[in-house]
Amino acid sequence: MLAQVEIRERSGESCIARNDFCPGWIVDNFDRYTDPLVEHVFLTVAAVACGFAIAFALAMLARRQRWLVGPIVGITGVLYTLPSLAVFFLLLPITGRGTTTALIALTAYTLQILFRNIVTGLDNVPADARDAGLGMGLTDRQLLWRVELPLALPDIVAGLRIATTTTVGLATLAVFAGAGGLGEQIVTGSNITFKTGVVAAGGLAVLLALALDVVLLTVQRLLTPWRRAQPA
Amino acid sequence: MTDLRLAFLSDFADALDFIFNTREAQTGGVEVGGLAEVLDFTWEHVKISAVATGIACGVAIPVGLGLGHAGKGELLAISISNVGRAVPSLALIAFFVAYLGVGFTNVTLALVLLALPPILTNTYVGVRQVDRDVIDAGRGMGLRPDQVVRRIELPLALPSIFGGIRTSAVNVVATATIAPLAGVLTLGDYILSANVYGQDGRLAGAMLVALLAIAVELFFAAMQRLAVPRGLALQQPAG
Repeated sequence: MLAQVEIRERSGESCIARNDFCPGWIVDNFDRYTDPLVEHVFLTVAAVACGFAIAFALAMLARRQRWLVGPIVGITGVLYTLPSLAVFFLLLPITGRGTTTALIALTAYTLQILFRNIVTGLDNVPADARDAGLGMGLTDRQLLWRVELPLALPDIVAGLRIATTTTVGLATLAVFAGAGGLGEQIVTGSNITFKTGVVAAGGLAVLLALALDVVLLTVQRLLTPWRRAQPA
Repeated sequence: MTDLRLAFLSDFADALDFIFNTREAQTGGVEVGGLAEVLDFTWEHVKISAVATGIACGVAIPVGLGLGHAGKGELLAISISNVGRAVPSLALIAFFVAYLGVGFTNVTLALVLLALPPILTNTYVGVRQVDRDVIDAGRGMGLRPDQVVRRIELPLALPSIFGGIRTSAVNVVATATIAPLAGVLTLGDYILSANVYGQDGRLAGAMLVALLAIAVELFFAAMQRLAVPRGLALQQPAG
């Protein structure tokens, strides 16, 4: 076993020198990816959380004032269309370089996806369920939290999943805003031609997207026990 | 407060000046900026985006129509978008650069891969959403299977297909911004090579890329509206 590891390490070096794809190198040098990975997770989770807070507030506003849905979808649509890389540098004269700038751009990108899914989810709540709630004497607030939001949860989580997966991908660009993340391992120096490094950083981003997706799915299952109780 | 506001407004004014007037590069020697160069980079940006989106359409629409018509490969057609979303565009470009090298062809290939999933998924979903009664009526009128695809399923799926093309095109234009990393000089060069073009050039690049993305979005939104068959448009007056 030890001998095998040694052989792999020695052949690993020449493998890197030839710039082939060397899985052994990734295992040996994994520590250089931990900090960027942590930054990446922070950027993604913080951006989606901020985006959700804003989108949720906007959806609550639009729930009372239906006419706001169109303008909000339009404005968040423009934010969704603007390329993140452009937004980083458009913000530069105002917020400077760094994590704040990256977070604003990434948050802005998630708003339309999240807002649309929250509004759709609330619209999809069966009128019968709402009537039953009203008949039980629920106040508007109770109706929202005990009937409408739980029933809208699948749509809301679907939005969160799309927003999270997309943000993981976009956060690789955060390096251009000076906010680090896995993209740093792709673009700094001559890293872009380093085959093993590109696969390691890109692969970690894909795995992160899948892992966060599984987390969100699990949360949805735990929060909607009644859906499991139904016969398949 | 007033100073701060003026300061960043003047940054944007300087960026506009960069777009319209040439100036000496930060590195000295050559002239950069100015409308002629901006149009060159814009053309390269539009060209690579259009070629990539066009190839993606040529592959994804026939495959999506075929799968949708046969009702096969649902898992593939639906899950390919989710997988596609999880692959960072920067990693995709970097992968092509590292393994195939730089240049127009390689970047185009990477952008095609990026553009395929939304068009394929939207084509498939668009075809599957066609009312079965309409298809049965077509069959009853004696249409052959290929005529059903061309004269019923394709027209009725067009709004959905254009929705997919719109998503892909905007995404491709955004990603073409990092193409200079792979040796293709798009508008992104102003952003990525600030050591040559300076701060004004970088801000100008960001403005131009943002405008281009919005223009593409508006163009395809209009196309999507035009693609709705007359019959459908009459059925949904609000749409």
